[in-house]
Amino acid sequence: MTEVTGTDQLWRDELTRQPAVDSVGVAERAARFQTRSIKNDSKRQGLLRVLSMIDLTTLEGADTPGKVRQLCTKARQLHQSLPGLPSVAAVCVYPSLVEVAKASLADTDIAIASVATAFPSGQAPLSVRLEDTRAAVAAGADEIDMVIARGAFLAGDYTRVFDEIVAIKQACGAAHLKVILETGELGSLDNVRRASWLAMRAGADFIKTSTGKVQPAATLAVTLVMLQAIGDFYRRTGKIIGMKPAGGISSAKLALHYLVMLQETLGPEWMNKHRFRFGASSLANDVLMQLARLHDGRYQSPQRFSRD
Amino acid sequence: MSEHSPLAFEGAWALSPAPESSESAHIADHYGLFINGEFVDAEDGGRFDTLNPATESTLASVSHAGQADVHKAVQAARNAYDSVWSKMPSRERGKYLFRLARAIAERAREFAVIESMDGGKPIRESRDIDIPLASAHFFYHAGWADKLSYAVSGGTPRALGVAAQIIPWNFPLLMAAWKIAPALACGNTVVLKPAETTPLTALKLAELCQDIDLPPGVVNIVTGAGDTGAALAEVQGIDKLAFTGSTQVGKSLMRALAGRSVRYTLELGGKAANVVFDDAAIDQAVEGIVNGIFFNQGHVCCAGSRLLVQESIAEQLLERLQARMASLIVGDPLDKNTDVGAINSRNQLTRIEDYIDIGKTEGATLWDAGQTLPETGLFCRPTLLCDVAQSHRVVREEIFGPVLTVQTFRTFDEAHAKANNTRFGLSGGVWTDKGSKVFDMTRRMRAGVVWANTFNKFDPSAPFGGFHESGIGREGGLHGLRAYLSEARA
Repeated sequence: MTEVTGTDQLWRDELTRQPAVDSVGVAERAARFQTRSIKNDSKRQGLLRVLSMIDLTTLEGADTPGKVRQLCTKARQLHQSLPGLPSVAAVCVYPSLVEVAKASLADTDIAIASVATAFPSGQAPLSVRLEDTRAAVAAGADEIDMVIARGAFLAGDYTRVFDEIVAIKQACGAAHLKVILETGELGSLDNVRRASWLAMRAGADFIKTSTGKVQPAATLAVTLVMLQAIGDFYRRTGKIIGMKPAGGISSAKLALHYLVMLQETLGPEWMNKHRFRFGASSLANDVLMQLARLHDGRYQSPQRFSRD
Repeated sequence: MSEHSPLAFEGAWALSPAPESSESAHIADHYGLFINGEFVDAEDGGRFDTLNPATESTLASVSHAGQADVHKAVQAARNAYDSVWSKMPSRERGKYLFRLARAIAERAREFAVIESMDGGKPIRESRDIDIPLASAHFFYHAGWADKLSYAVSGGTPRALGVAAQIIPWNFPLLMAAWKIAPALACGNTVVLKPAETTPLTALKLAELCQDIDLPPGVVNIVTGAGDTGAALAEVQGIDKLAFTGSTQVGKSLMRALAGRSVRYTLELGGKAANVVFDDAAIDQAVEGIVNGIFFNQGHVCCAGSRLLVQESIAEQLLERLQARMASLIVGDPLDKNTDVGAINSRNQLTRIEDYIDIGKTEGATLWDAGQTLPETGLFCRPTLLCDVAQSHRVVREEIFGPVLTVQTFRTFDEAHAKANNTRFGLSGGVWTDKGSKVFDMTRRMRAGVVWANTFNKFDPSAPFGGFHESGIGREGGLHGLRAYLSEARA
């Protein structure tokens, strides 16, 4: 495709050519994934895969080096008594704590993701957001989770949204870019599909549903629409874009239904941490609890799983 | 992301088998005919076996009703009508229907398992659709029983008397509910003949009739094949015949009824067009196409078996449709993850395979996703017949299997001309993001039910029935009640 950086009107034309989305049909399809029955070995395999796709996250104003170091310990050693566990894909922290996380995880494969760009609102001048991004990368972030300018998107200022993503991508250098659409603020699934397209065209490596600070955050329905947009983009360009639902996925069962959806929508090629992530803080422990039950045949007390 | 680290997991994630337990299914070795509140053997002792199409093993033997048995059942229904049912206050009738509705809901799991074992449909469908809807039909009509004067205008509604009812094998319990619930609510008594390949849930329903103390003779069930159905249509003493099944049998039943004062409703075959315009929500349309034709292995009279897609998006749509079809799980009907179960009978499988061969001979391009089928049992992959035209037999005739023909059109006018260019007219579908196009298209389609941006949705309050060779009369809703009532002037 030719590189379009022109006017909002050109963008409007391109975005309105995106397939329409029927929200009733999406809800019905999303519900259907939840009727899949995942038992025995498929459950164990699925849970291990979920673990390997988690971005273990802490994004609180009260985060401290101590808190982040403890979270990183959890990322390295998810549970002491279960053999053969994968590590999580990444830990996700604010830019000011990237250095701490990097130092804690230097000898591991676990990536450091950081929310930059005046997360979660994105309401800061572009220069500030670019500096935020550069600082996070300089501190050692492997992945940047940026937010788009939802206000600009809703106002039809698509060029600005596009150009900003392009600029942030450039500021990322070698770091991978996840673009957060904050779907809870976009108002319709049609907008979700259009914003997904815009982000992918601008160079996103991943598209991500939510900051986790706005309700509703990730839902099966919203994620399905984004996966379908990723499928479209792949068919059109041959480029593989990853997906990250974030916020509100705290049960292992729901995470498995996301995996069902991923496999049935985009196929097995997407079923790994390079193409799919869960942004979550409490999901890992529920997955561990279910794995422990499969291992021991009974549920253990939640107190037997570390909470960092 | 650490690209240098090996991928933690590669390749597909296979779902382990998740079979529903068949322990809840209590199936006797033999079932007699249900006449006058009791199970009795056929006069001539005739029996036949009903099979599980997923294994072709025998589930039970069932009595084969002959003319004498049919006559006896109709007499029982007549006596029950004269002596009990027609004299009972209508609100009391309603209570029996409420009890049946609840009894079905309470034993939903057992009914779902038996439905899937006897008929081959996926447990997901029998559990989530067939059985809840059957219960819903009884609930809906229970509510009408004492409010029938609101269902007719300006007269006093009266029951017809004895209703003979013949139902097909694709939705065994649901069709029994469609037939029995309105008939009883309107004050009629019934003799029901289930299909010979799927008699079990109707017979389990007979057990429920006993459990709830329904007066003997109000519901009678005679099992058998086409000869039993013919005997039921020909027997003296019936006031109404309700039939759901093939157009061919429907025509012969009409001949049997000619010149007699027997009211009738016929719900027959179909070859529905599912029309997808270029502005449709394409991913949701794909899902609707899949639900339209692969629901219940395509054994659905209102299946969307003809896909008409606007030529400008045909390629995109087919690519998505094929990807979706590849994710359909074909196999054990009792596995909770099965999307497409077993074909109902060997006869039907042969018929479907014959049509696929006819399609090939006619020049159609065949496509399926190549799923591995179980080694035993009756299975057929979801199949596309592309590059076909109106003149092809596979486009004109009802296949009644998981086979979708794919044609393109250029304009709105061409779409509705092709949609209506059929001897059937049971259902249709329209997919577009534009409201005005929905209304224009649905108004022009000559079909009893037309769905817009969805397909195969059923509700007890919605009338269902066909145009042309798809049948006469409506079932369900207000229209369905009127088919079981005469309006005597006050």
